[in-house]
Amino acid sequence: MSDLGIRESSLTGGLGQSPLRPDGIAKSEGAYEFSSDLSADNMLIGKTLRSPHQHARIVSIDTAPALAITGVHRIITADDVPGKPTYGLISSDQPVFAADVVRYIGEPIAAVVADDEDICARAIEAIEVVYEVLPALADARLAKDPNTPSIHPDGNVIREQNVVTGDLSVVGDVIVEDHYSIGMQDQAFLGLESALAIPDEDRAGVECHVATQWLHEDLGQVAACLDLPTSAVRLVLGGVGGAFGGREDLSLQVHVCLLALATGRPVKMHYSRSESFLGHVHRHPAEIWMRHHATSEGILVKIEAEFVFDGGAYASTSSAVLVNAVTHAQGPYRCENAEVKGIAVRTNNLPCGAMRGFGVVQACFAHERQMDLLAQACGLDPLEIRRRNAMSTGDRLITGQVVESVAPVSEIIEGLSRMPFPEGAGAVEQHPYEMPGGAGNTTRPGDVVRGIGYGLSIKNLMYSEAFDDYSTARCQLRDGIVTLKFATAEVGQGFITIAPQIARSTLGLEEVELDAIDTNVGSAGSTSASRQTWMSGGAVEAACLRVRELVYQHVATTQGTDPLVYAIDGAELVNTSTGDRRPMTEVVVGLEFDEEVEYRHRPTVPLDENGQGDCHTAFAFVGHRAVVDVDIELGLVRVVEMSTVQDVGRALNPLSVTGQIEGGIAQGLGLALMEEIIQRDGRIMNPSFTDYLIPTIADMPPVVAELIEIPDPQAPMGAKGVGEPPTISSTPAVISAVQDAMNTAYGSAPHLRRVPLQPSDVAKTVNAGLGD
Amino acid sequence: MTNIHDERHFELTVNGERRQVVDGYPGESLLTVLRDRLGLTGAKGACEEGECGSCSVLLDGNLVCSCLVLAASATQSSVVTIEGLGGSTDVQTAFVECGAIQCGFCTPGLIMAATNLLERSTEPQTDEIREALAGNLCRCTGYGRIVEAVQTVVVQRSQGAS
Repeated sequence: MSDLGIRESSLTGGLGQSPLRPDGIAKSEGAYEFSSDLSADNMLIGKTLRSPHQHARIVSIDTAPALAITGVHRIITADDVPGKPTYGLISSDQPVFAADVVRYIGEPIAAVVADDEDICARAIEAIEVVYEVLPALADARLAKDPNTPSIHPDGNVIREQNVVTGDLSVVGDVIVEDHYSIGMQDQAFLGLESALAIPDEDRAGVECHVATQWLHEDLGQVAACLDLPTSAVRLVLGGVGGAFGGREDLSLQVHVCLLALATGRPVKMHYSRSESFLGHVHRHPAEIWMRHHATSEGILVKIEAEFVFDGGAYASTSSAVLVNAVTHAQGPYRCENAEVKGIAVRTNNLPCGAMRGFGVVQACFAHERQMDLLAQACGLDPLEIRRRNAMSTGDRLITGQVVESVAPVSEIIEGLSRMPFPEGAGAVEQHPYEMPGGAGNTTRPGDVVRGIGYGLSIKNLMYSEAFDDYSTARCQLRDGIVTLKFATAEVGQGFITIAPQIARSTLGLEEVELDAIDTNVGSAGSTSASRQTWMSGGAVEAACLRVRELVYQHVATTQGTDPLVYAIDGAELVNTSTGDRRPMTEVVVGLEFDEEVEYRHRPTVPLDENGQGDCHTAFAFVGHRAVVDVDIELGLVRVVEMSTVQDVGRALNPLSVTGQIEGGIAQGLGLALMEEIIQRDGRIMNPSFTDYLIPTIADMPPVVAELIEIPDPQAPMGAKGVGEPPTISSTPAVISAVQDAMNTAYGSAPHLRRVPLQPSDVAKTVNAGLGD
Repeated sequence: MTNIHDERHFELTVNGERRQVVDGYPGESLLTVLRDRLGLTGAKGACEEGECGSCSVLLDGNLVCSCLVLAASATQSSVVTIEGLGGSTDVQTAFVECGAIQCGFCTPGLIMAATNLLERSTEPQTDEIREALAGNLCRCTGYGRIVEAVQTVVVQRSQGAS
């Protein structure tokens, strides 16, 4: 049978399609087990005692009154940590339990294990800790002053990083500058921190089921603190209810394992919502100054910027977040001359670290507000100023790195400019639901003014600065079934959907099974930095390609042909020289192969002291347009529509891409309009979903998304990561749209410089206007 | 004066079955009893103060946050949880097929809310859908596919496909 060119069989569930999530039905039935749903026979419950002080010396800890409570099994403190007393992602500077000093409100001091939750709570109350309260360092600007006493042995400066390039004497015809600030955002994943630790019978090891983003990093840190070889600690991914960066650092992992080993019984720990706000790192609050120089035609000639990031009490990923901010200060725009200064400092505030967008969110808010100012100063349309400066492939960044990734910034701008606008603003017949204030019925139609705003961004993909970033995947073929094994944390993003798609398309076989996600295989790296499609997708593809090669060799040997003549087309093996086709299900009968591959992206280098070097791996680009209705009197904002054009390389699963885009935009909208952890003297004033607001379905407008699919030559399968970009420039787009409405209402209005926006930022303009 | 002992042992009607609750505390929420005493972990706890809707169940056909219901007060009521929908209802299937599920933590609560909405209103407009589901937080999806899923069921039912 020779019918070359005629596709006999199509493949179901391959790349470019949108097969259903393998866990979708179980999740829809409530049968899927999240880490918080786990239990074990004979299980005990653990709970953490946390510091009530921002900064204090621990004079004494008396656990005796708590131990006397019936049902309390053990209480552990810093003295009970057998191994390394500290942990951390980049620098191991955070104590498992505070030993002598507490550095933020919420820092763990001890952990209790008891028969149940209520006994735990009573025991926590009964532990007597005597503190000597110390002056707290709460202001990041003070922290960088060399005269300020250090609050940590490693000093108050976590990292300083400047980016300096070109001719700094250049002065633009047009200069705009301002100060910007970004509030502390919470990841607010719905599935709270939880883990179940089960000790080995001889207590020589432990198995921990935990919701995390990075099993092997956790494994290394946990084993070191437990003073156990990594082989004695097994981490299994418990069902993860969202992550967004907040599960990249350890939270309760060491505590729960210690309690299980101490009691010899399974122990479960799970945080409440209020404890969760204390238990994971947040998006860094940042103070940013930027000055943009341009020609009178609006061409950028120099960027000056200063970033101050409040890292909180411990380093977490602050240094990498800072690098992202300073290296993305220019946005997706060409500029030859730059002087960017950045510092991340330690304070007695909540520790900050990874959250979707990772430093670029802060930089983008500032540079996009600046681009709007520049447009205004040059008398140009906001899209026109961006068009004139749009970066393209081959351009050199302010770090000296050449953008080798496909950089379709002009295409993004064109796409946005073509998007139709939603129907008219503030029409009298609008239902109250459709006006700012919604069902609250607060808005008078005459107060509604429509605004339109834009935001663009560039985002690095994967890890940077010489980090040995790799992912491992194993592909087994047996009985015609492909089994994939990897440690890639599925946190909701859908890697477990695309991994089988990759296998199907690579091998032409539809039956693909997934092995458990645990540490019985090499590391996959973290589910962060928009990296898993590229990295773990690359690893799965590479492992499947090896198996495919072995299949070709086997067939070639039996047929007396050259393995190079074979190819997969859909679900068939094709001999490209004869055109003969056979279903792959027949070809692989009796064949068994098992291949494991570590996939690495190309190496990167650390930045030098002037911030020069090819520190990033690859880049993705995105643009957003926000249409808002603003109740100009009350300062209420309703986002009417969000439009986006996103550079995705290739959409391996279009439905998943849509999900990332819509979900990411919701988080960007949240930062723009409502989300901020409010601290007073280091204490969170709003540690609940009553007071920390995230967008509801009533807050989220329809999203119109256009994908730019230019496969990236450097990316496996041409696909770029898509997770972070939606979150980044959606925030300034919304603020820019509010600004536009305010300008429309008043001719001009004060420049909006802070997120989240407060109604008073809008309303005080009214009051000022009325006062004139 | 009620005997504490009696309150620790009571019966609930859950998903059509009489279930014994043994050794509960009188002050426990329905959510706690469902999850920790009866092993029905489909309802999730994400705020435990009625803000997120993850714990939504039907109490005598009304949508409630089970974290806000005293379990001992529900002895005369009929409780339906996600496990009681039977699986593969049109709403559940639409959530899976429309991409309305990512991490899935909010999913059981949203499916209960959507199921309840579609019992009350056969052809809800988009703003009615949004208002009805506004008590259920989702952090992953941005809600677009959730609206799509509910609208899909509305269309299917109007075409007699339910």
